[in-house]
Amino acid sequence: MSNLAQTYQMLKSSQKFQKRFSRVVRLVVAVLLIIFAIFPVIWIISASFDNSNSLATQDLIPAQAGIKNYQRLFNQDPDFEFSNLSYWTWLWNSVKVSGISTILSLSLTTMAAYAFSRLRFKGRVTMLKGILLIQVFPNLLAMVAIYVTIFQFGEIIPVLGLNTHAGLIMAYLGGSMGMNIWLMKGFLDTIPRAIDESGMVDGASNFQIFWQLLLPLLRPILIVIAILSFIGTYGDFMLARILLTDVDKWTLMVGLQIFTAGQFDKKWGVFAAGALIGALPIMAIYLSLQDQIAGGLTAGSVKE
Amino acid sequence: MTETAGNTKSIQGNRGSFFSRLTLYVLVAFFDAGALWFIYRGFSLGFSQLAVVITIITIMLNVIFLLPKAYPFRWMALGLSFMILFTIYPIIFTLYVAFTNYGDGHLLTKAQALPLIEKITYLPDGAPTFSWTAYKSTAGEYALWLVDPNGDTFLGKQNEAIVAARPGDPGIGEGDSQNIPVSIDGYERINGLTAATDQNLPNIIFGAEGDAVVQITSPTTAAALEQRFLYDEATDTFTDQSNGDIYYDIFGTYSTVDGKTIKPGFRATVGADNFVKFLTSPALRGPLGTIVVWNFIFPAFSVLTTFSLGLAIAIMYNEKGFPLKKLIRTLLLIPYTIPSVITILIWRGMLNPEFGVINRWLESWFGWAPPWTTDVFWARVGVLLINLWLGFPYMMLITSGALQSISGDLYEAATVDGAGNWKRFTKITLPLLLVAVGPLLISSYVFNFNNFGLIYLFIGGGPPIPGASTQAGYTDILISYVYNLAFASGGKGVQYGLASAISLILFVIVSTITLLQYRLTNMWEEVSENV
Repeated sequence: MSNLAQTYQMLKSSQKFQKRFSRVVRLVVAVLLIIFAIFPVIWIISASFDNSNSLATQDLIPAQAGIKNYQRLFNQDPDFEFSNLSYWTWLWNSVKVSGISTILSLSLTTMAAYAFSRLRFKGRVTMLKGILLIQVFPNLLAMVAIYVTIFQFGEIIPVLGLNTHAGLIMAYLGGSMGMNIWLMKGFLDTIPRAIDESGMVDGASNFQIFWQLLLPLLRPILIVIAILSFIGTYGDFMLARILLTDVDKWTLMVGLQIFTAGQFDKKWGVFAAGALIGALPIMAIYLSLQDQIAGGLTAGSVKE
Repeated sequence: MTETAGNTKSIQGNRGSFFSRLTLYVLVAFFDAGALWFIYRGFSLGFSQLAVVITIITIMLNVIFLLPKAYPFRWMALGLSFMILFTIYPIIFTLYVAFTNYGDGHLLTKAQALPLIEKITYLPDGAPTFSWTAYKSTAGEYALWLVDPNGDTFLGKQNEAIVAARPGDPGIGEGDSQNIPVSIDGYERINGLTAATDQNLPNIIFGAEGDAVVQITSPTTAAALEQRFLYDEATDTFTDQSNGDIYYDIFGTYSTVDGKTIKPGFRATVGADNFVKFLTSPALRGPLGTIVVWNFIFPAFSVLTTFSLGLAIAIMYNEKGFPLKKLIRTLLLIPYTIPSVITILIWRGMLNPEFGVINRWLESWFGWAPPWTTDVFWARVGVLLINLWLGFPYMMLITSGALQSISGDLYEAATVDGAGNWKRFTKITLPLLLVAVGPLLISSYVFNFNNFGLIYLFIGGGPPIPGASTQAGYTDILISYVYNLAFASGGKGVQYGLASAISLILFVIVSTITLLQYRLTNMWEEVSENV
């Protein structure tokens, strides 16, 4: 009898030990993974505070710590050989282009989604299917055609041509329509029709129903989508690289890329400072919206 | 389909007041005026495809806004217009360009190229000759005093018509002993020896374009040039006035039967020529083969590595009450939160073979570090490594979401049946997980299939493939190859036609994969039901 109890005790403690051991191992692995995940970030923070501004000599703890690289971003260091940066112009361009694209794109897609969700008309299903089908062809693959189209636009209306923000915004708008209409229609479908009907009884027009009843209900999800769409456009590289040619027109992502062209090693610290300023707001938004974003990731494509 | 509410509503929606309808008509009229002007300009500049699309959009918008029955479409009119212009039209235009020679030497339309060809001149054998004296302005412009065999005198300037002139005329100085003006206003006479050795003079054409022009042919003589190619509209041919050769329009280049051509060429459809080139020219076919193979391997490995790591993390820290679970997850999420352009550039710095931290440390520890930018194998490993870093947090997010939806009963039942950890993983976790996140894995594959930013920003597609006739590298994927062909010529010329041909191939591949994904998720059926 006592033998059995003893074995039971041993088994129990060994299970407990096993569990503990496994947890310790997993914690150690977690530390290694975290080092892998955040090392580049730590490294770039260190580089941004390294006054030597050099890729070759940088160490984890900078030998000459200071904020010189940030001053160089403001062109405040006459000794810096590449002192003629348009960094703040790029940042502003990025914010401007992404902001305008997001607002326009959301307005257009929400309205279209309203029609698809609430109005009944001939060809509705066909069109929805058509939009889905068109999404099969990412418009980035047609970059030559987009480039030529914007070029031709510019020959006719110069403010919409190559090297203009308006042209870039048009291209962003055209590319984002399809999937966003689908996404938004999905959200609108979740709002009960009884709400519309109560408005109709009161004699509200379609627009009043949309504007005064549905939009306020959609606001929380609209804000999340707006933020994600802003971040997406902010981070775009390819279209901006193709369509914008002048240094002063570039967005931040295109601008940061030229740090790497020629003597990257002598601009490393300044690049690090610029990269950090460009990335920190986005990181903050993402981390604070973690749960909504995780939800949104799966909502788009996974069947619920 | 429920037809009631929406329909009655939409009809009511059009019975606006007289005033609101007037406003609508005025707005439509303004828009149409602008659109007509745009279309007219488009056609006159030779952008007929764009003009046609704008015409279609304009007609569509008119119908939508003027026809009461089309009311629901007003809600989506602008969105649809942008979609047509920047999603549908580019696809069709790509299809068209893929079958043209659009690119260096063929950038112009035929209407633009014809006048340029007609401007080409030559020096006929029996052309009237002149003796000449040169003058030069301080700005470096030249003028020429010409005397023909009859003793008639002329003044020729650059880009101005040649005029008969005499010494002493307004702006022209008095004649010297040979009756040649000592000066011309704004110009200074150059002496014969200086003029004879001037490098620029023989290349300059005097006189206005399209008019009679004169060029210096020897230190003592100048001669009138004549139009070289005469266009015959009826047969669409050019005749070379110097030797009588006839040039036919062959795929956008005027060429003789024995292969002589006139530049510039122009845009023309060339059939499947671009595709044939990729199949037949070794300098194109070789690199393309390498790129295609890598283009399929790279996203596959990427999805495999990121998914494995993400899933491993999700399983390891899925346990309830695991210490610091939230903190660990947040820290591991960080790579996902930074705009990828920025992180790729950071990695580019860290993986710099000479100065980057990783190579410096590896070298001091082991005396060796991978040559990331010069060696094919290590360049590809580098690309995958960066993408693993960029992609595992996303996989962690989606797999841990899906893990939670797997019922615990299944595991209990399996344990009762004596299944070990590994068996439970392969028989329960993995299959159920793949059903849930499979479509997302396909999306991730497609995304990486076209991950231009990573390839371009890390090493620009390098290391270069030797013997390639256009810029191409061992880590290039199709989309970065398209970019190189169209925009980053590296001195090898822009090739819109070839680029579009590749784009077309990409369209076929990507759309096939995506349609497969639709099939897997029953998206199509859902659309039909979920109305």
